[in-house]
Amino acid sequence: MFSSFMLNTWIVATAIAFVAAFVGFFVVARRSAFAAHALPLGAFPGAAAANLLGIDPLIGLLVFVGMGVLLLRQLVRMGRRDVGTGLVLVLFLGVGALLLSMTSEYAPAVFSLLFGEVLGVSDADLLPILGICVLVVVGIVLYFRPLLLDSTFPDLAALQGIRASRMDLVFLTLLALVTATALPVVGAFLVFTLLVGPPAAAQALSGNPMRVLALSVIFAEGCIWSAIALSYWTNWPIGFFVGAIGAGLFTVARSYRHWNQRQRNFVTV
Amino acid sequence: MQDPILSVAHLSVDLGGRGILRDVSFDLHPGQLCALIGENGAGKTTLLRSLLGLTPHRAGQVWIEGVPVGQRRILVGYVPQKIVFDVDVPLRTRDLVQLGLDGHRLGLPLFSSGKKTMVDQALQMVGAEAFADQRVGELSGGQQQRAVIAHALVRQPRLLILDEPLANLDFRSANALVALLGTLARTQRIAMLVTAHDMNPLLPVMDRLIYLVGGQVATGSVEEVVQSEVLSKLYGYPVTVLRHGQRVLVLPDAAVEPSGVIAAGQVSSPEKAN
Repeated sequence: MFSSFMLNTWIVATAIAFVAAFVGFFVVARRSAFAAHALPLGAFPGAAAANLLGIDPLIGLLVFVGMGVLLLRQLVRMGRRDVGTGLVLVLFLGVGALLLSMTSEYAPAVFSLLFGEVLGVSDADLLPILGICVLVVVGIVLYFRPLLLDSTFPDLAALQGIRASRMDLVFLTLLALVTATALPVVGAFLVFTLLVGPPAAAQALSGNPMRVLALSVIFAEGCIWSAIALSYWTNWPIGFFVGAIGAGLFTVARSYRHWNQRQRNFVTV
Repeated sequence: MQDPILSVAHLSVDLGGRGILRDVSFDLHPGQLCALIGENGAGKTTLLRSLLGLTPHRAGQVWIEGVPVGQRRILVGYVPQKIVFDVDVPLRTRDLVQLGLDGHRLGLPLFSSGKKTMVDQALQMVGAEAFADQRVGELSGGQQQRAVIAHALVRQPRLLILDEPLANLDFRSANALVALLGTLARTQRIAMLVTAHDMNPLLPVMDRLIYLVGGQVATGSVEEVVQSEVLSKLYGYPVTVLRHGQRVLVLPDAAVEPSGVIAAGQVSSPEKAN
């Protein structure tokens, strides 16, 4: 399980879970789960396009998430964030269907782009992925406080000179970068689970922002490590395990919070 | 007299090509608590937002301690009318207050004892120590309002602007808040501008009144303005000011006629009604 063949998988998965937890903190705090769902799914045609043109899929993904962010911002500016996000998602999926119809080897490729291909990380992939991960973590650390205030109370943030539109751009850009790096490894559906499950579970357990961030990282790493191990032993797809563990974490944490609140209310009454 | 904290001169604001405020001028001095009264749509929120530097003005000037507004936002604290926190928001009361101090700065919110002292002081000023470590999303409406006031106070502003702080508060919370504002104005020498539909709870502590009508303001001391005739004229609706010992009460008169059926010649002017 820890052979040199698997080593790259462990390294990349660890890095991606770490970054997903950082960005996921704000996906949940900003209630942007739909955008976090739409961007990875909308980006996967980028990999198909890269395949068609014979270039690095990471570049294709970056181009597509970049376009996704620009389109999202443009549509969102006209109001109705949910509608705009949904329309961008379907538009991109349509482009993906078109591009995939032009290639011959699409069935297994699509499956791995959607559900992940953890064993497919080569040495050459390693460096760009880790580079982007570092970039995203630095971005979140730098903008943590303005993003936090803007996510919580935009009016008060504006008063301190924090512009909501700029924070939106920062957030979407970081989300897009995570998406592009994580997608070939864990797949479009699972990027979403990693971005949302662990941070939402963490936010149910604590109100202290730094503790929530630390818990998100621990949960995300636990989620991806156990998913890889289980998938290695059972030969079942990793996607199943990430999805199941992510949802399980969330359910357990929410139930704990519910139970805890009821206890407290009972005591005070 | 001392230099004013807030000085507004010939302020005009347009929104969407429509003139909302015209030639508005007034001053606020240290420790003054001023009520801003006006009907719905009179431009109260627009005035507040331009004082905060959030809405640009077409003409005129706004100075805060002699500095044009927007250049030193740190001098102004703002408590919005709508305070809504998500139940799950990963923020305790003390984190929200600390963001008032350093929310615009880059980097993680790391621990510093100097900041903690300032945060604790602000929490203490509004009486929020008891729920300092609770999540803001789990607080009651009145507690959330105190948390936001502490968020504004932690920067030690010279001017505090509160938009309808008494809406949605019960008697006890409203009176506690009014007492708190009065104390803050007196002890911290903060100038306060408070909008309110119902000025009664504010009467014990307020010492000035600005009335906004038709995009222009009339201002005066409480003694000058809180009179039956003056208020009736300003509201365009019959109002009676009752005095009972130390207490003053502004009471709108009962509707003369059901509003829908007033005949053309019968519309009551304030004078007639009195």
